[in-house]
Amino acid sequence: MDDDQLAISVRELRKAYGGRPAVDGIDLSVFRGEVFALLGPNGAGKTTTVEILEGYRRRDAGEVSVLGVDPDRADARWRSRVGIVLQGTGEFDDLTVAEVVHHFAGFYPDPDDPDKVIERVGLADKARARTHTLSGGQKRRLDVALGIIGRPELLFLDEPTTGFDPEARREFWELIRDLAAAGTTIVLTTHYLDEAEALADRVGVIAQGRLVEVATPARLGNREEALATVSWRTPGGSVERVESATPTALVTELAARFGGEVPGLTVTRPTLEDVYLRMIGHR
Amino acid sequence: MSTAATTTTTRPAPSPVRPVGPLALALRQGRLELRQFLRSRESVVFTMLFPVVMILIFASIFRGDLGGGVRFTQYFVTGMIATGLMTVGFQSLAIQIPIERDRGVLKRFMGTPMPRWVYFAGKVIMVAVIGVTETVLLLAVAAGLFDLTLPQTADRWLTLGWVSVLGITACTLCGIAFSSLARSGRSASAVATPIALVLQFISGVFFVFTELPTWMQQVAAIFPLKWMCQGLRSVFLPDSFAAQEPAGSFELGRVALVLAAWCVIGLALCLTTFRWTTRRDG
Repeated sequence: MDDDQLAISVRELRKAYGGRPAVDGIDLSVFRGEVFALLGPNGAGKTTTVEILEGYRRRDAGEVSVLGVDPDRADARWRSRVGIVLQGTGEFDDLTVAEVVHHFAGFYPDPDDPDKVIERVGLADKARARTHTLSGGQKRRLDVALGIIGRPELLFLDEPTTGFDPEARREFWELIRDLAAAGTTIVLTTHYLDEAEALADRVGVIAQGRLVEVATPARLGNREEALATVSWRTPGGSVERVESATPTALVTELAARFGGEVPGLTVTRPTLEDVYLRMIGHR
Repeated sequence: MSTAATTTTTRPAPSPVRPVGPLALALRQGRLELRQFLRSRESVVFTMLFPVVMILIFASIFRGDLGGGVRFTQYFVTGMIATGLMTVGFQSLAIQIPIERDRGVLKRFMGTPMPRWVYFAGKVIMVAVIGVTETVLLLAVAAGLFDLTLPQTADRWLTLGWVSVLGITACTLCGIAFSSLARSGRSASAVATPIALVLQFISGVFFVFTELPTWMQQVAAIFPLKWMCQGLRSVFLPDSFAAQEPAGSFELGRVALVLAAWCVIGLALCLTTFRWTTRRDG
């Protein structure tokens, strides 16, 4: 099942807290070299799923293989191949960025150059700053530095940009793209649609503990083939709305019917947000 | 950020950080802990300098002697050494570990290939270095300013050594075990501080132990601090004072036994109850 092409393979994964299912039968495959986004609202089961894959939580049922190993039996060798950027950051207030990154480099058999990693995450001018003086975005970059210092084959990022301002997010995305370009498999969770769309090769939408759909961002919810909605104002003043697979033909026909301009004409396709909201059960 | 992307593909590049063996790993962790400790003003003032401050106060208030020409300082220094060791071993760990657990530091270490014992090794190294430093500082201040008579025989120095080592080990293990009891980092200090304070009062740190009510002495005898103080009294007081102890002697054998028992209890609790994650992490 887990041939060399698969970084992660999950079958029928289940986890309940106090009888309430948090993950309710998830099947998932992540290919090597892929950027995979788990997209879903808060409480959908994203973090539980990812923390099972990271070896932090034990599952109730199902088969899980991450880099060919069951995370429940994670050993040091496996840990050195997996990078983790958690949601809550564990800070070392009184240490400097450089001290922390150098220290963590010592845990890995073949670490990257700490100073280069610091530069790569954009903290070069903060290397000598105590970590408690960093902004939220800078702390997150430090988290990423610690996640990638061991040169992981697989990097987990749990809601990496929550609380970022738009500029910081763009810069962060660049960093993730760099890592992906270097061949790192990346699994990230997010509740931002644009983040999934911007970064992911494939998106898995998770809602109420189930994986609702897995697709490329463009094809999510069959968005490409979705019917267009054409609406216009009738001579009586009310708004007519028609879903059509051939909106151009409809508009041409309308133009002929009105003898020129069609009053109040709009042609729309569902946005990713529409598709997503429908999938997670909001519409 | 993007300009540095070219460095990402240089996998075989020799890395300046050498893979480290277990001993070096432990020492690095100890250095990290010490650095954090020394950079936190609160821990330096309230943990490391606390015994010195206390002896300054006590030796200044009680300038008289215990009888037989033995100064009060000679008695109080034993309590201050023991308190200092308990503060750094028990209190600082019982408070610091829950805070680190809350902040996700433990979880972060767990996600690396670092063997878990290295975390504890780092704490133990920190406790040992701080414990020795504060004790030396305390003895130096007491000897320099308040005419403390230091132990005169190798025998007494040896007793000072083993009582301190056994005592701080028991306190450290109990501190680590206790860290799993606190619900959160914030509640940890509220739980650990009063316990330490009560033990100090009933164990003969602030008062002459034999002047305490008998029931209080009996309660104190359950816990390590009383035995640490008693063992240290045999180091700093003349042999003739043994007669004033509750058992008529310094009972060094029993001191060793009780402290060793607390080491075993602490270790067993550490191994069975230590939590790497907070309760809400499930």
